[in-house]
Amino acid sequence: MTPPLLSIQGLTKVYPGVVANKDVTFDIGEGEVHALLGENGAGKSTLVKAIYGLIRPNEGTMLWRGQPYAPNAPAQARATGVAMVFQHFSLFDAMDVAENVALGMDNPPPIRELAARITEVSNNYGLPLDPSRMVGDLSAGERQRVEIIRCLLQNPQLLIMDEPTSVLTPQEVEILFRTLRQLRAEGRSILYISHKLEEIRSLCENATVLRLGKVVGRADPRQESARSLAEMMVGQTLHTPSRPAAQPGKMLLQVTDLSVASPSAFGTSLKSVSLAVRAGEILGIGGVAGNGQDELLGALSGEIRANAEAVRMAGEPVGQFGPNARRAMGLLCAPEERLGHAAAPDMSLTENALLTGAWREKLVTRGFVNWGKARGFAEKVIERFDVRTPGPWVAARALSGGNLQKFVIGREILQRPSVLVVNQPTWGVDASAAASIRQALLDLAQAGAAVVVISQDLDEILEVADNFAALNGGKLSAPRPVQGLTMDQIGLMLGGAETGETDVAA
Amino acid sequence: MDFGSINPVVLIASLMVAATPILLAAIGELVVEKAGVLNLGVEGMMIVGAVSGFAAAVTTGSPILGMLAAIVAGAAVSLIFALLTQVLMANQVASGLALTLFGLGFSALLGQSYVGIVPPRTEKLNFGFLSDLPVVGRILFGHDILVYVSLFLVAAVWYWLNYTRGGRVLRAVGENHDSAHALGYKVKRVRILAILFGGACAGLGGAYLSLVRVPQWTEGMTAGAGWIALALVVFASWKPWRVLAGAYLFGGIMVLQLNLQAAGYRIPVEYLAMSPYIITILVLVVMSSNRTRRTLAAPGSLGRSFHAAG
Repeated sequence: MTPPLLSIQGLTKVYPGVVANKDVTFDIGEGEVHALLGENGAGKSTLVKAIYGLIRPNEGTMLWRGQPYAPNAPAQARATGVAMVFQHFSLFDAMDVAENVALGMDNPPPIRELAARITEVSNNYGLPLDPSRMVGDLSAGERQRVEIIRCLLQNPQLLIMDEPTSVLTPQEVEILFRTLRQLRAEGRSILYISHKLEEIRSLCENATVLRLGKVVGRADPRQESARSLAEMMVGQTLHTPSRPAAQPGKMLLQVTDLSVASPSAFGTSLKSVSLAVRAGEILGIGGVAGNGQDELLGALSGEIRANAEAVRMAGEPVGQFGPNARRAMGLLCAPEERLGHAAAPDMSLTENALLTGAWREKLVTRGFVNWGKARGFAEKVIERFDVRTPGPWVAARALSGGNLQKFVIGREILQRPSVLVVNQPTWGVDASAAASIRQALLDLAQAGAAVVVISQDLDEILEVADNFAALNGGKLSAPRPVQGLTMDQIGLMLGGAETGETDVAA
Repeated sequence: MDFGSINPVVLIASLMVAATPILLAAIGELVVEKAGVLNLGVEGMMIVGAVSGFAAAVTTGSPILGMLAAIVAGAAVSLIFALLTQVLMANQVASGLALTLFGLGFSALLGQSYVGIVPPRTEKLNFGFLSDLPVVGRILFGHDILVYVSLFLVAAVWYWLNYTRGGRVLRAVGENHDSAHALGYKVKRVRILAILFGGACAGLGGAYLSLVRVPQWTEGMTAGAGWIALALVVFASWKPWRVLAGAYLFGGIMVLQLNLQAAGYRIPVEYLAMSPYIITILVLVVMSSNRTRRTLAAPGSLGRSFHAAG
């Protein structure tokens, strides 16, 4: 029997205070698409960093086609035949595609030659790409192509893909999968990391499930249901958010013909956005990152001012108000970026609770902070939303992404908003915590609030929202009821097709 | 106004000399900032270079040895900054300001016994008959070696940054240090080398002040040249040729206002003295006023400390 392409045996990596990987063992065969499954913090990233030579394991060995393999640096891994597409792209905005590709290669040819090869390879794999474009101007899908082509030019035997589809539209996912199947047909192996179980079921032959750094299961994903895989991941029975049907109440948030310029150079300006949300209703806004999500949240929260009539809350014009005035009226927001936008990283949780809760929770009297009350509010958020932290005195920076996300969402929900706007509410949150955040959003709507959920996770929107609208290039499509909406229609809406006809030529 | 008493050929020739110190310091700082490091200690490194170069030249009698000493001294001072910001992860702005204050004080201490001494003369290069050509000879072939070195450095930095692998890696590190690290580049090593280069250039620029331009040693003689160099880099949108243009503009107005002062124009001296600073900054601000272009030009990781995760 021929040895597997890569065999990982008893790999252990310990960080001070944390065991990231403990005795991990699995094999990746030639021409196999192998899935690595696990929640956030399960140790997937640490494991692939070890394979790619970015970190060195404390114990354990790796065998590459039966030979010992212990890369000290990514260059060594690349020389062996391992390539990696990163979750957070390792790209440089102010450089063009060819330069970005060259930076990922060990012996790049002259730029002009490289540009010709990029064009050739990108066409062969159905991923068209212009080598002279600035990466800062590319969409998320195109950026990922740059990463993939950078890998393919090195002719890898093993391609590691870390959460490749989290920022793609369904159509882009289809294109990516076609490419990956073509690669498998060429005899290359792929290590595919994701928490999107449907994707894994359609793509992978083998799966290794990690939990808290240990291998807790192996499966053939084609034989399992998405639910059984998810339960292997979290180690418990999953609770699906439930939603009783509700009658929409009175109009709480109305945006009419809102156009604002983006404050950032690479941002997208909003162009004539209109939307309306009633009490008890959840509006889901989908779209690929960078299509105006941050700007829309800013315009709703009051960070970006507009003319008074453009944003109305329960009929009152509020467009000219800043965030504090809107908060006082009951319009609360939770932005996407946790560190630095939703929370001040170096401040304690109590201080962070105070930052947005001061007005509605009356934590400040006559200009003086009532610290006892602020701490009480922070403790309430921690308890109700199961934030894992030693206590409210801990700095926000010290919390894991998922825990901090629970805190910032909980902080807004507990202020009993009449309108709540959230951007990427479950970004980087593990499955069970995500389910509880979604349930909290549903409960809030049930209690009579209007909720706007901006998210790139379509499954999430379909799960919680009553209506769906897509942001594309700063324009918002007309909302459509989620019920009866197909993935293809959503893909077209995300791509900017206004009509959303049902016949798709894909 | 009557400019008749001012000879344009002499003016151009002397503006090149006046601009060389800030040009050297600015081109060094440009490389540092392209690597994502903001070193506000240019002024301090310049003046340590000025005093070290002066002392070495007086002691050995050779201006070339003095300049080499200034390069070493500038790099050595910048090493303090590199240690603070890249190894100990100190804040770059505070460390840079501290470096300037340290340099000013330290150079005054070192230079105490050198006040009032005349350094050995730095000879102009001899281009034979070329130097005797009218106009061109004076402007192009009538300078000392450092003027040519500074021009060569601008061209070399421009070529290296844009057309070599090393330059591409340096820009990548400055643009997004997390990505560069993920691809396996040594972010800290690149940055420390860039800081050393910036220090060496600033030191050389300082020595040019004390050995050629003035030439003598006085306390605090850089008089803000390091700050102008810093401003030049920003307003030149981190482009080497624009740094050259800005430096020569500054030098030109500096020389012109000195000539105007000498010619006795009835403009208060204070206004003339501030004019190079104001005009240079105004022109560069206008040149770089296009907002999107400016944001594109600034290295993405400028001034941010790099902590390797994992």
